[in-house]
Amino acid sequence: MNASLEEFLIARRDTGRSLLVPYVTAGVTPKWTEVVHAYVDAGADAVEVGFPFSDPMLDGVTIQEASDRALAAGTTVRGILDEVATLDVDVPVVAMTYSNLVFQRSAAEFCAALRGSGLRGLIVPDSPLEEVGDLADAAAAEGLDLVLLAAPSSSRARLREIAGRSRGFVYALTRMGTTGEGGEISEQAARLGRELKELTDRPVLFGFGVAGPERAAELADHADGVVVASALMRRLLDGAGAGELGEYVSSIRRALDQGARWAVHPATAPSPTT
Amino acid sequence: MDVMTDPGTTGRFGAYGGRYVPESLIPACHEIEAAFREAWSDTEFRGRLTMLLSVYAGRPTPLTPAWRLSRELGITLLLKREDLTHTGSHKINNVIGQALLAQRMGKRRILAETGAGQHGVATATAAALLGLEATVFMGERDIERQELNVLRMEVLGAEVVPVTSGSRTLKDACNEAMRHWVSSVDDSYYCIGSVMGPHPYPWMVREFQRVIGEEAREQCAAELPYGVPDYVVACIGGGSNAVGTFAGFVDTAARLVGVEAEGGAAATFGRAGVLHGFRSLVLQNDDGQVTEAHSVAAGLDYPGIGPEHAHLRDAGRARYETVNDDEVIRALRRLAHTEGILAALESSHALAWVIRAAESGGIAPGSTVMLTLSGRGDKDIASIKEML
Ligand SMILES: Cc1ncc(COP(=O)(O)O)c(C=O)c1O
Repeated sequence: MNASLEEFLIARRDTGRSLLVPYVTAGVTPKWTEVVHAYVDAGADAVEVGFPFSDPMLDGVTIQEASDRALAAGTTVRGILDEVATLDVDVPVVAMTYSNLVFQRSAAEFCAALRGSGLRGLIVPDSPLEEVGDLADAAAAEGLDLVLLAAPSSSRARLREIAGRSRGFVYALTRMGTTGEGGEISEQAARLGRELKELTDRPVLFGFGVAGPERAAELADHADGVVVASALMRRLLDGAGAGELGEYVSSIRRALDQGARWAVHPATAPSPTT
Repeated sequence: MDVMTDPGTTGRFGAYGGRYVPESLIPACHEIEAAFREAWSDTEFRGRLTMLLSVYAGRPTPLTPAWRLSRELGITLLLKREDLTHTGSHKINNVIGQALLAQRMGKRRILAETGAGQHGVATATAAALLGLEATVFMGERDIERQELNVLRMEVLGAEVVPVTSGSRTLKDACNEAMRHWVSSVDDSYYCIGSVMGPHPYPWMVREFQRVIGEEAREQCAAELPYGVPDYVVACIGGGSNAVGTFAGFVDTAARLVGVEAEGGAAATFGRAGVLHGFRSLVLQNDDGQVTEAHSVAAGLDYPGIGPEHAHLRDAGRARYETVNDDEVIRALRRLAHTEGILAALESSHALAWVIRAAESGGIAPGSTVMLTLSGRGDKDIASIKEML
């Protein structure tokens, strides 16, 4: 696979498909890489792999628990990278972790290590625009797409900058809060999706609180797709295996495919009013 | 030297500080920074703060010579008595400032994290005073260690939320407070208890605590033959009483010394890292997993240190020392016996270093030492009893 994360996702979206990016915490079970394969077989367009951190400020109880479990099992960055390198998947794999892991030695070293293991993108939720400079340069130098977050509280000016500087996709937070299941789809999420779509042709994916096929499809209506994390990790922590998780992802895949609206396709959507 | 100035809009202290928070919190940080800048240059706000610190919190606090201990140690030891403030520690200085700011910003509720419970008690107190709600996050382990302060907060009308994640101490209480802040940022103000967190907190908290150093500077000028002490010493958890103290002496010849608990000594054993929204020195393993701090003093059980301390260390303007639990308990008892002052376990760290340094000749005989006694020890009686 030679395409960048962004090229890959744009190509898929432009076929009229809603994008689906499921998440797994690396090391949460010894067989977590099987979960990645199950996601891909179930129709994932990319997979987000969480590198567990001891103090996950933006995570709710589920991903906290998954992170604690992975760390207690002795998961290390080096170990994750070695396992990622053995993955045999035909969609991009994206790392998600916190600043302290990224800046441990240097952003350049971290990005080079990710790229060396075949990762195509990186999400660092506690590195906002003002702190992302060196990291963005390091990622670009390695051909790694650095995905930025946009929040319902972001001003129009910030959204413009985020949309402009994010690579791969723009990660739109459905709500003000941590990762975790549940909650209604708010009008603010829909508005954020619409605004971002106006500002960029880059894929816009919703994340946080995306649980269940209906909600996923509903949200995907307002953007290009969804990231599903806590709903999957909750099931995994409750004992679900790769097979079951794959089925859950398939159910979301089907809902997205049925619900996908041509209206979000850039070729047929009304021209952006910026 | 470029230290202890305004860290600008990026909140940098040399290589440290910054604003490492999720995008969702950035607008709130901007809003607080703007509100603080405006309030801090508003004479009415400053007047109201000064008035409350005086008639409500009991400032200025005295500078008390430790007469008998000084004689024993062969030095002149002066104690800045933050233990005599309302609620019994320096935390009240910062909290009254931030609570006034929250009120000015139209917030309804104050969130806080607490370790020893002193910041929680101060927050509950200021909230009651100004008619705000208070929610305090506290690690389950600290709740056990500091039962008395939990009761105080509840009597004052605050909600105390036990934190069960991670090490169940201060660091986890910070994580949980941040998580709740993200989801309630519209009506809630996060009142951070030390010189940590994203910009503008480390700077703002320093400004609210500088009253300690400024008063002490004036008191020293009035009392000491040369006007300035040879040493200025304070204990460090996140570093707010120390930064506030140092701010009054940074432009003098006084040697500034911060004292950390051996098991939580980020300035001594930490490496650069990002935790709780800022870059500083952090106790962590090779991978960047933050390690748990251990100290008899719940208020010092923090694996990081305020970013300005990291900068002062790098710049060579302050030095950082460690003491162990045994020395701390001995120092606490010694001060109680010689001066009739029961200091907090946290504050006793600063004292333990002074005793060690004076006895070993590290502090030359005849030197003058100004030590900030950050709080009173009533809250620690049960822990002390266990350790005797
Ligand atoms: C009495 C006392 N001193 C010191 C500290 C440590 O905080 P800081 O380093 O911010 O002054 C605490 C914290 O709880 C405290 O209660």
